[in-house]
Amino acid sequence: MSDFDAIVVGAGCAGSVAAFELASAGKSVLVVERGNFAGAKNMTGGRIYSHALKKVFPNFEEEAPLERKITHERMAMMDASSSVAIDFTSAELAREGADSYAVLRAPFDQWLAGKAEEAGAECIYGIAVEELLKDEGGRIVGVRAGEDEITADVTIVAEGANTLLSERSLGNARPRASQMAVGIKQVFELPPTVIEDRFLLPEDGGAAMLFVGDCTHGNVGGGFLYTNKASVSLGLVATISTAAAAENDTPVYQMLEDFKNHPAVAPIIRGAKLVEHSGHMVPEGGYDMVPEYVFDGCLIVGEAAGLCMNMGYQVRGMDFAVASGQMAATAAVRALDAGDTSAAGLASYKDAMEASFVLKDLKTFRRWPHTMESWKALFTEYPVMAKEIMNALFCVDGTPQAHLIDRIKPIVKQRGLFTLARELRGALKSL
Amino acid sequence: MSKTMAVTVNVDEFLALNKYEVDEGSAHIVLSEDPDMKEFEKLVRVCPAALYKIDENGATSFDYAGCLECGTCRILCEGTIVEKWVNPNPTMGVELRFG
Repeated sequence: MSDFDAIVVGAGCAGSVAAFELASAGKSVLVVERGNFAGAKNMTGGRIYSHALKKVFPNFEEEAPLERKITHERMAMMDASSSVAIDFTSAELAREGADSYAVLRAPFDQWLAGKAEEAGAECIYGIAVEELLKDEGGRIVGVRAGEDEITADVTIVAEGANTLLSERSLGNARPRASQMAVGIKQVFELPPTVIEDRFLLPEDGGAAMLFVGDCTHGNVGGGFLYTNKASVSLGLVATISTAAAAENDTPVYQMLEDFKNHPAVAPIIRGAKLVEHSGHMVPEGGYDMVPEYVFDGCLIVGEAAGLCMNMGYQVRGMDFAVASGQMAATAAVRALDAGDTSAAGLASYKDAMEASFVLKDLKTFRRWPHTMESWKALFTEYPVMAKEIMNALFCVDGTPQAHLIDRIKPIVKQRGLFTLARELRGALKSL
Repeated sequence: MSKTMAVTVNVDEFLALNKYEVDEGSAHIVLSEDPDMKEFEKLVRVCPAALYKIDENGATSFDYAGCLECGTCRILCEGTIVEKWVNPNPTMGVELRFG
């Protein structure tokens, strides 16, 4: 007889949703979270696309500590001193089901874990699971945290991007440095009205902004900015392998500092008070880095299963986490009811994942991580070219002007029309 | 390489704003003695807390106290110069208030 029907390791989006669903189905659930409260060790850019959360909590808009609904999308290409940006807003962005929200994980995860507790899950905070317990047949039968050994029929691993248990207890490979990005972020406090003025937002509206180019000093990665209620989250992600390479002469924290001082970014945080500096990894290898995630007595969910996607214009992870947590719980409940929590008994998790948007989207865009990684010009020459074209459009100094086409042609030719066409075609095919 | 890494920012000042419970008695990250310089330089470039440092004389130093617990150094160098990487002891380490 096990101590619990299920143990969930980690109280992030995937773990807390799994615990909520299991407890709601009447199962005994223990959540073990290493932070002193849910979210204490967690960080996001970040924004959550709400469609998956809505399925679990139909009234989440009224209860969850959401920062701002994202009503404005901005993308910018920057070289050392220029920025070419797209600014988009539409009613469709705010449509129910397609809406997304800036969140901060310390408040957000506490709310989510609270929902699991309300549903009947027990939560232990401030202690990390050090290993998964196995029986003589290799089946996972619970967890060890410090001196305590606690058993369960199903263990759900929601440990996040730093996959210690997945590697050390389940035998999955350590992700490669080319499959992982390092994220670095700072939170700056600003009065809500100042945020709305600086981002041209309606009251309570929010903006998300992604940057490519000089923010990572031309390395693979990008900058991000999200508006919270009374703060902004500003940071960048850089693929670990390229940021670590000898060719890169700028440490990531210096990249962030230079990004903050960029003429297009500095005015956004002018006078703002820095309140937190954080770091976190992001799995960016896509479909091809998803490890084995169904074991005898054990399932892996969320970021720990590599469920993230950075498309450059779209960054997703928390919606995958919520959906995978829900699907894992459904499969676990079914297996518990059938009295078979072996890998075969839990296999409906895999079927559900493969039939869902989670693995479908990762599969559709499986080539993009590689395309982006090998497309150096996107981070170096393209931002310069974009600047030169814009300068050709907007700089007026009294010199007699040529027709627009004759001003732009030489700029594009420098890059080579064929090279440009080939690169863009390649990108469009994998995006 | 250390001379080409122009660093103007003092990350320690940023870390001072964070909340930590530092486990003085036990390091959760341990490097090998006399770490290979090429490997160490990788960690200088990617650690978001700037915990891996090389001074003007080329001497290396590492202090786990300001660790943000991201695991980036582990992904790069577990098996080379990162000998141990475990989560901090109960209730220890960084405690994010925003995240």
